[in-house]
Amino acid sequence: MPTRTWLTLAFIIVLALFAGWVSLPGSAYDVGGFRAAHPVRQGLDLQGGLQVVMQAQPVIGRTLDAAALDGTRQTIERRVNALGVSEPFIQTRGDDQIIVELPGVDDPEEAVSILQQTALLEIIDPQGQYLAPGTIVNTSLGPAEQALGAEAAATSEATPVGTPVSATPVSATPVAGIPDPVGPVYETIVSGDDLRDAYVTTGNTGLGQVVGFELQGDASARFFEYTSRNLGQPMSIVIDKTVISSPVINGAISGQGIIEGVPPSEVNDLVIQLKAGALSVPLEIVQSRTVGPTLGQDSIDRSLVAGIIGLGIVGLFMILFYRVPGIVSVIALLIYTAIVFAIFKIVPVTLTLAGIAGFILSIGMAVDANVLIFARVKEELHMGRPLPLAIESGFNHAWPSIRDSNVTTMITTIILYLFGDYTGTSIITGFALTLFIGVVISMFTAITVTRTLLRVLVATGLSGDRWWFGAGPLPEAARTPAAD
Amino acid sequence: MTKLASKRKLWFLISLLIIIPGLVSIVFSGLKLGIDFTGGTLWEVRFSQPAEAAAIESALLGAGVDTAIVQRSGPAADETFLIRMPEVPEGSERKAELAAALQAQIGPYTELEYSTVGGAVSTQIRNRAIIAVALASIGILLYMAYAFRNTQRPLLYGGSALVAMLHDVLIVVGIFSILGLLFNVQIDALFITALLTIIGFSVHDTIVVFDRIRENQAKLPDDSFEDIVDYSLAQTIVRSLNTSLTVIFTLLALVLFGGGSTRNFVLALLIGIISGTYSSIFNASQLLVAWENGEIQRLFGRFRRSEPDAAMPSA
Repeated sequence: MPTRTWLTLAFIIVLALFAGWVSLPGSAYDVGGFRAAHPVRQGLDLQGGLQVVMQAQPVIGRTLDAAALDGTRQTIERRVNALGVSEPFIQTRGDDQIIVELPGVDDPEEAVSILQQTALLEIIDPQGQYLAPGTIVNTSLGPAEQALGAEAAATSEATPVGTPVSATPVSATPVAGIPDPVGPVYETIVSGDDLRDAYVTTGNTGLGQVVGFELQGDASARFFEYTSRNLGQPMSIVIDKTVISSPVINGAISGQGIIEGVPPSEVNDLVIQLKAGALSVPLEIVQSRTVGPTLGQDSIDRSLVAGIIGLGIVGLFMILFYRVPGIVSVIALLIYTAIVFAIFKIVPVTLTLAGIAGFILSIGMAVDANVLIFARVKEELHMGRPLPLAIESGFNHAWPSIRDSNVTTMITTIILYLFGDYTGTSIITGFALTLFIGVVISMFTAITVTRTLLRVLVATGLSGDRWWFGAGPLPEAARTPAAD
Repeated sequence: MTKLASKRKLWFLISLLIIIPGLVSIVFSGLKLGIDFTGGTLWEVRFSQPAEAAAIESALLGAGVDTAIVQRSGPAADETFLIRMPEVPEGSERKAELAAALQAQIGPYTELEYSTVGGAVSTQIRNRAIIAVALASIGILLYMAYAFRNTQRPLLYGGSALVAMLHDVLIVVGIFSILGLLFNVQIDALFITALLTIIGFSVHDTIVVFDRIRENQAKLPDDSFEDIVDYSLAQTIVRSLNTSLTVIFTLLALVLFGGGSTRNFVLALLIGIISGTYSSIFNASQLLVAWENGEIQRLFGRFRRSEPDAAMPSA
């Protein structure tokens, strides 16, 4: 037997051991914490949680552009992070939608109400102090407890601060990140409604890109009065009661102003946040799905049982029908399962119920390639070919069918994936992705793994008997050389 | 060798007998569309004490929902119910009211699932579902024509595979229309997924048979096409059945032991794959024979000739 076959065998063994090791549950034999860092990622329907598609409602007289939508997404991201959800997924879709997935959320009603509130942008008078970004403050438009999600970050039960007053704050410096319920109430000079627009500009300073903004209505006069009184002092831009930037006032600003000194990498980000704050885009929930944790655990258990039974029956069937090649195909199937599962963990692919169905279905399809090959090998044996030759030509003849049929499955899975992606149905993308990975890997295991194992078996004489390949004794016609 | 091709009219008849009841059901009662396509709310709850669907319905009616449909899902001991009603957004006050009504009149419950789909989104999903099925069909037809480009009639192979595929889609949709009529089974986005998978599998199966026909045509140029098809079917039928059986085993395991929310999905797959196996053996290949023998052309020719005949009575 050529060295190449042995090399391939060695490669398959190494790959199978690695994949099997990655797929192992629990923490036994976990070297360097690799497996701990790559857990199975479970979809919403398996671990429970909330998925919401929100649509930004048009605001009269304003246009919703990509920047404003992205700013809204960032605001939501901040709130979600404050909620302490592990592995949230927040993404914009199309021109006006935002998808939020919050796995493991146990109070969906509350989560939704937090997501849905519009962001409140304020420029406050910090009374001469520099407030670091991330500081949570009380403002004259409301105390910090109204900051969305701020309560999750609060360490203790917060006492409400009564009616908001526009009085001079008591001098106490809030510690960054922790709201101080009895701390100062800073006066709000302008809020999001007063902001007409924000943009990136080069200004007339030659300082490179700066943030430009425009005010509207009587806010211009108010802002002019405030800025001229506080020259050289910082002001703070606050979204949802969280300070995001504290620039220093360099000149009196009325209708139009610029914010300089913002690091170049953050200019765009600040513009996006200001725009979203200016729009204060109302979000309407157009689609939502909440799955309780009990249903999820139930589904995992049932799918596991179904998978094991399915795999078992297929294996039994293959062994009874195809004998030794059947056993080889079961080994190939186990290697297949280990590789696919390892890919799910490493990529990672989010496993959903439909994804598991796709995986189990792909087991059936993986076997198909072997069925095609073995049927061909059997035929070749019936025609009187010696075993090694029958195996090789069986593989070669089965290949076009395997290729063509798998390509059509790939075409449908790609279209399925796009369909699921467009409609925001993660169950469908999950199914398509797992089926696609399954089909690709099954081509490898059915062709390379099975062929190498069969070659090794025949070459080492471990199984050279025709009966073991499901063929009867050599037919008469073939035993006597044809006289042509 | 079994002469499958000579009985092709019987095979077509069997397909028609299965398709027609479903088709009648589609025409007269349509499909029960789920919230993915119509918009609305699906609420699955499990009560901790015995409850009745009718009682839940009247509790909701009392709270002002007059179009709720309540069904028991899962075994009776589970006390699990599916409530379908017009859209009530998650986190809204309305939902809190309904939850309070259920608590007060039926008893404490755990929420297993709560899904809402808005009207505009559902229209989008419906349109895209249609586009997805159409795109998949075209993609497969094109690939078939490409894969069989060195045969005399590549489009005939693609077309026959397409007809067999439509056959499978019709059977599944028809049966689900009947199930909707009898058991109020609704179709959702997952059903579209099942349909697309069936399309892929159906063609997958057909290709294996067609590959053999092509191969045998080259090997046995003197045999009649009908004989070649019969010969090819005899060579591939064991493989077709074995493959389908392995897939059917796994799907059966999923139907019997898998979770409730994917049961209809797996059922659709199961029906489609059985149908796909039948259609690749008994329809797709037989269509090739019927076309090669000029039977299909004659069938359509008869219609075409009858038109001018009716318009112009013979002198």
